[in-house]
Amino acid sequence: MPELTYIQAISEGLRQEMRRDQRVFVLGEDVGVYGGAFKVTLGFQEEFGPWRVIDTPLSETAIVGGATGSALMGLRPVAEMQFADFISCAWDQLVTVAAKQHFRGSTPVPIVVRLPSGGGFSGGPFHSQNPESSFAHIPGLKIVCPSTPHDAKGLLASAIEDPNPVLYFEHKHLYRRIKGEVPEERYTIPFGEARVAREGDDAVVVTWGAMVHTALEAASELANDGTEVEILDLRTLIPWDRERVLESVRRCSKVLVLHEDTRTGGFGAEIAATIAEDAFEHLDAPVKRVAAPDTPVPFSPVLEKAYIPQVEDVTGALRELAEY
Amino acid sequence: MAVREAEPVGSLQEVKEAGLDREDLLGIYRHMLITRGIEERGHILYKQGKIPGSFYTGRGNEAAAVGVGTAMGPNDVGTPLHRDMGVHITRGVEPWRIFAQYMGREGGPTRGRDGNVHMAVPELGLHPMVSHLPAMLPVAAGMALAFKIRGDHRVAVGWFGEGAAARGDAHESMNMAGVRQLPIVFVCDNNQWAYSTPTYLSYPVEHIADRAAAYGFDGVVVDGTDVLAVFREARRAIEKAREGGGPTVLECLTLRMEGHAVHDDAFYVPKEMFEQWAAQDPIERYRSWLHDHAGMSDDEEGDITSSVKRLLNDALERAEESLLPDPAGLVDGVFASPEDLDTPHHK
Repeated sequence: MPELTYIQAISEGLRQEMRRDQRVFVLGEDVGVYGGAFKVTLGFQEEFGPWRVIDTPLSETAIVGGATGSALMGLRPVAEMQFADFISCAWDQLVTVAAKQHFRGSTPVPIVVRLPSGGGFSGGPFHSQNPESSFAHIPGLKIVCPSTPHDAKGLLASAIEDPNPVLYFEHKHLYRRIKGEVPEERYTIPFGEARVAREGDDAVVVTWGAMVHTALEAASELANDGTEVEILDLRTLIPWDRERVLESVRRCSKVLVLHEDTRTGGFGAEIAATIAEDAFEHLDAPVKRVAAPDTPVPFSPVLEKAYIPQVEDVTGALRELAEY
Repeated sequence: MAVREAEPVGSLQEVKEAGLDREDLLGIYRHMLITRGIEERGHILYKQGKIPGSFYTGRGNEAAAVGVGTAMGPNDVGTPLHRDMGVHITRGVEPWRIFAQYMGREGGPTRGRDGNVHMAVPELGLHPMVSHLPAMLPVAAGMALAFKIRGDHRVAVGWFGEGAAARGDAHESMNMAGVRQLPIVFVCDNNQWAYSTPTYLSYPVEHIADRAAAYGFDGVVVDGTDVLAVFREARRAIEKAREGGGPTVLECLTLRMEGHAVHDDAFYVPKEMFEQWAAQDPIERYRSWLHDHAGMSDDEEGDITSSVKRLLNDALERAEESLLPDPAGLVDGVFASPEDLDTPHHK
């Protein structure tokens, strides 16, 4: 099985979908000749032509609205936001139009919006955000946050197949940092099924995206102390695997919810509330959260390091849980 | 590329050249009467407390809506707005479903999930508007993009008002449509009032259609009370788009003859303005034209009027028999299932 980087897996997966289904096309800023700001679609225009790899004007509203309209006419658009941060410019098209159209108009809107998200490289307040929680609050949108090359490819295929608007958050800091085995053949990964990234019984970390890797490093350290930590990678936030999370909580009795998005109103709060409602009597310690502080993402490396949860933040929280 | 101000339509010969026979002409009249009749009955229903929320009409816009709707081809699509009931009627929506929609019943196109003219029947090539205007323009441009990608000979029609023309969605969709020469017609229902905001506070040029030049395509202004002129100009723009000639802004000038919605008495509109535009009421104007130029007899007119009345009476009765939606099904349909894609317009 070939080993691919996370970004190669996305690119490979997208190319495979475009080869097998003529309806799939890409639109976004600089996706054609340039191959996208991160080169996910490099070489696509040569292979698929300028009408399936469409360079758009700098117009996020027209990109997402255009995706919606073309999906209503039977195509399967994959729109790229150059950075996830710019999705704010297309909020209305996603939240007002795409998310609500099936509920009111009984017309599915099968679109995928690819969102390069996350920090860790001094991108500053406008090139580093993880806005998934904002959209998790909007009924009608599905949210995917792969953490491995294998999941990145399989979840992209599922996203394109899904009859709903899907926000596909691809973490920029994983693009070239994470490698893994990726099958050459096409496969899908069902939404709403968490992946056990590491087994353990003493505590469980519920997380997604780049934080899965931070949690894995922290868990290795804890293992040296004899504490075995389970890591649940949610993979998709809408829908999220409630049952799997509750099962782990009942078994481990201690839980840490970890995310790179800011703390207040973050999706971790929803997970913590669900645990409190449905598994309270199984807890041996209060649910812990580790998340970014409630600030914009700062630029200077020392500030950004203080902002993004680090391995030592996670080990610290896990040790507190272990000792509780 | 200066904006073109369209001439009124005169003789029957001219109309025939534009592609309408006498039966079509009477059909247009019928559609205009149904359009107004539905909205007049809507007012009564509202006063009877049978319509929840608010109520919006397109009085004064019947010719603009029916004219464009008539000009669309059978496989063309569009995103009509709250003044465009005539488009839904022309495309063939059954009036009882509109009353059911008004009353929040299961039989309305949105099955009680949305109200007013926030509805459309996709099988008829129409897709439901949202309140955020003109958010449907980028969607219409996307429909046109799909046609262009596939090489379909189909056209998308996107509606917007002169008020919503101030928002960025209008700019982004027109710019992209111009860059890509998409098969789309942008129809501006310019009824001169965006709620209480007059045109001179909405835009600083003479016509909304003047903007077309900035996007590299044609702009046309037409008298929106002249249904045949609207039809002729819409047909030209649509066929031009179909043949690869790119987009057009078609600005239909009318006056909104009622308030923004039922609660609004439009005190801010000068009385003389209402009087002036009432004198060119689109339905009355067309009725006279049919008598003078198409030989519509009093009997023919009477037949049309009474058949519309019967249609609407029956429609209202059927709508009132339509069930209220079952709250137990509220959460259904937030997400679509794969089988929901199994419809003709998704193929």
